[in-house]
Amino acid sequence: MSTKPTAPHATDDDAPLGDVDAERRALLVNATAAFGLAGAACVALPFVSSMNPSRSVKALATLDVNLNDIPLGEAKTFLWQGKPVFVWHRSEDQITEARKGDTTATMDPANDADRVQKAEWLVVMGVCTHLGCVPMRGGEYGGWRCPCHGSQFDDSGRVRQGPAGTNLEIPPYRFLDDATIRIG
Amino acid sequence: MAHTPNHPVENDIRNTYQWLEDRLPIISFLNNSVGSNFMAPRNLSYMWNFGSLAGIALVLQILTGIFLAMHYKPDVHMAFDSIQHIMRDVNWGWLIRNLHMVGASFFFIVVYIHMARGLYYGSYKSPREVLWGLGVVIFLLMMATGFLGYVLPWGQMSYWGATVITNLLSVIPFVGPDIVVWLWGGYAVGDPTLNRFFVLHFVLPFVIIAVVVLHIWALHMHGSNNPKGISLTKQTDYIPFHPYYTIKDIFGLGVYLIPFTFMVFYAPEYLGHTDNNIPANPLVTPAHIVPEWYFLPFYAILRAIPIKELGVLAMFGSILILFVLPWLDKHPVRSARFRPLYRPLYMLFLANFILLGWCGMMPAEGIYVRIAQAATAIYFGFFALLPVLSKYEKAKPVPTSI
Ligand code: HEM
Ligand code: FES
Repeated sequence: MSTKPTAPHATDDDAPLGDVDAERRALLVNATAAFGLAGAACVALPFVSSMNPSRSVKALATLDVNLNDIPLGEAKTFLWQGKPVFVWHRSEDQITEARKGDTTATMDPANDADRVQKAEWLVVMGVCTHLGCVPMRGGEYGGWRCPCHGSQFDDSGRVRQGPAGTNLEIPPYRFLDDATIRIG
Repeated sequence: MAHTPNHPVENDIRNTYQWLEDRLPIISFLNNSVGSNFMAPRNLSYMWNFGSLAGIALVLQILTGIFLAMHYKPDVHMAFDSIQHIMRDVNWGWLIRNLHMVGASFFFIVVYIHMARGLYYGSYKSPREVLWGLGVVIFLLMMATGFLGYVLPWGQMSYWGATVITNLLSVIPFVGPDIVVWLWGGYAVGDPTLNRFFVLHFVLPFVIIAVVVLHIWALHMHGSNNPKGISLTKQTDYIPFHPYYTIKDIFGLGVYLIPFTFMVFYAPEYLGHTDNNIPANPLVTPAHIVPEWYFLPFYAILRAIPIKELGVLAMFGSILILFVLPWLDKHPVRSARFRPLYRPLYMLFLANFILLGWCGMMPAEGIYVRIAQAATAIYFGFFALLPVLSKYEKAKPVPTSI
């Protein structure tokens, strides 16, 4: 411990306080500090919050996709909320392959039937669950492989090879009619 | 500093030096810091040139950056074109941009050498732990600044680099994904992201300046270490910084400027990536994405580990471990010159670091991943061995004076 420098004014904390009510003073000091901190947090909130998505960004929330544009067996990519969404018109063979994967996809197990609303339409985010690159068609599992760090996904968008650890996400969507889905 | 009451204040402004000295003693402050009143060991080699070079590189980045910012537009529809505008239309814009681009790379070269010097001569050991730690803070800030700057031209590499790096934070438990959306200001890297990255890229270098001031303050507490790594006791071991090291540093600067200007004029794009001349496209990731060269070793560590969370942890850990280096290596001898085991281990570490950089450049598949995994093991193995060496390594006889 170093010795305290002697200040020109008496600031000895241990000096007797005379008729000062020490307990009351401590309460006041602590309460003031607590209110000050709470105030600072309240002031910080708008600034932190200003960096979150603005109303105009949030307004671009839905996208309608015309399914007639997608030939059987092929996938197309659409931009929704600034991110790619893959819509894949799967053929019979591709569906069979995907269903076979129910038992072999062990990294993040999921049934193909639970990942689609209609078996011939696979709708998944085109965002690699590792660090967000857009996977390309290809790889060893019938689906996609990511150019960035080599993750692979199967014909149901399930992860088959790391570094990604989870399946391609499924965006919220519903069928408006047989030929249109609304994403978002 | 303290005002002594019996010292008469100079009121005749014609005696300018003393007049100013009595009001703001900045000249004597500079003289004590980098002038003839700052004593430095007389045996410093050119390895001690890189601190001042880093300072000059930092100033150059700030100056060229300010002039670039007068023409750049941080908007996803205009950013890419405004860079073309700088390169083609703005008077000398190509020169200012090339200086800034090549300058960033050379800044990192200088700082890597500066750090390797500290690692070799044990400059991180007591009493310079805080000096070293502040250096690591500067290094982190530099990496952040470099990353943010690379996003601004809004080419394919900018966009996908930004996507991958910001997504690193998504591994934070529970709040990670929300933090990423908050950083982006949207649901993907986009206009709000670019705008704020520009602001941060502008601001961080000034934060770096502030930390450099602390860095140099810490340096002046005990002065420079030296190639022998011993604490100096004799007055004759020292020479004044000015003129001896100011001259030496200026000569070193001249040598440095030769390759630097060569790159600026003849190979400005050499260290960059051609894909960044393609405008950003959120629908297509380039087949082979790589970060700037100075991130490659850490990028290789990220990719070496096939599990997302562990990879990110190892990557950040590989830098953060530098903070605790002074407590891992507690060997009493500083300089590697007198440490028969640390010295070869250090050489291996450097070679391995370069190997990691090479791995980071290669595609993440097959044999490259294997090599990167081995190199990652060696990287951390080096740090793991240090406590053992501290205990058992027998040093060669250390001289008592320089
Ligand atoms: C903007 C970047 C930096 C600047 C401007 C800077 C500046 C300086 C200067 C002027 C010196 C004294 C001259 C010399 O010894 O070379 C110095 C010393 C030192 N720096 Fe840095 N530095 C920077 C980054 C770093 C980093 C990233 C580290 C390490 C992580 C670091 C660690 C050290 C150490 C340990 C010393 C004392 C060296 C010794 O006396 O042997 N510095 N720095
Ligand atoms: S982003 Fe797809 S593997 Fe890393």
